[in-house]
Amino acid sequence: MRLILSYIIGLIFGIGISISGMANPAKVLNFFDIAGSWDPSLAFVMGGALIVTFIGYRVVLKRPAPMMDSGFHLPTRKDLDLRLIGGSALFGVGWGIAGFCPGGALPALGTGRSEVLIFVGALVVGILAGKLLQNAMTRRSAQTA
Amino acid sequence: METAFTPFQSLGGGALIGLAAVLLMATLGRIMGATGILAGFMQPANLSDWSWRAAVLAGMITGPVAVLLLSGSMPAVEVPVSTTMLIIGGFIVGIGVTLGGGCTSGHGVCGMARLSPRSIVATVAFMITTGITVFVIRHVIGG
Repeated sequence: MRLILSYIIGLIFGIGISISGMANPAKVLNFFDIAGSWDPSLAFVMGGALIVTFIGYRVVLKRPAPMMDSGFHLPTRKDLDLRLIGGSALFGVGWGIAGFCPGGALPALGTGRSEVLIFVGALVVGILAGKLLQNAMTRRSAQTA
Repeated sequence: METAFTPFQSLGGGALIGLAAVLLMATLGRIMGATGILAGFMQPANLSDWSWRAAVLAGMITGPVAVLLLSGSMPAVEVPVSTTMLIIGGFIVGIGVTLGGGCTSGHGVCGMARLSPRSIVATVAFMITTGITVFVIRHVIGG
């Protein structure tokens, strides 16, 4: 039951991404190209997603626990650090170069296009490299502390 | 490459993305972030942690096929960049989302909806650098 629900939720996300245009790098890059062939569609994706999530989370997170787990798995950190800002800034550079973000690319794999497979392959290698870098940074800060 | 302005499809698609985020929180109590789900799938805590991530990913990947069955055409994937840029971009995205702890779905949708200060700052940071990168590639280097 848990896995069937997870699949259906992934499917809803994948259909949403596909319809919205987030799986299409030409559209994504045009959203950011205000000085050129600007396509404001992505603001509507973000708007639609945020309205539904904002309201839905208010209702769901009032409950003591989710239906199939003993508690909500929510990030608790509130501090702003260089790793958060630098990592996010770096993500934007990559997004601007390739036009795919992870949430756009994973559903796009289903179109069978080789370009998506190439991007996701590089993404997976990047995530592994990021983990190594993160471990090295944590070790270093533990030594200096 | 020009693309058509699609406010209604984009709003509807965005609403479905939001619906998926709400449902995942209501059932498993998890954040619907592509980065977190993929990274956890690659290095799961245990089998049960791996299995729900695998099921969500399988659902995501079948999304375009469902759209094909419902509408009669596969969603458009137009890639106006070279293979080299896809590889470099993908690698940088991977490092960035790992250090930054999330991407457009995790920080941009789920975190912003929770009004998390970290997610708001992360989203502003990557929106700015994406815009600068596109401008530099298209109008400084390419222009």
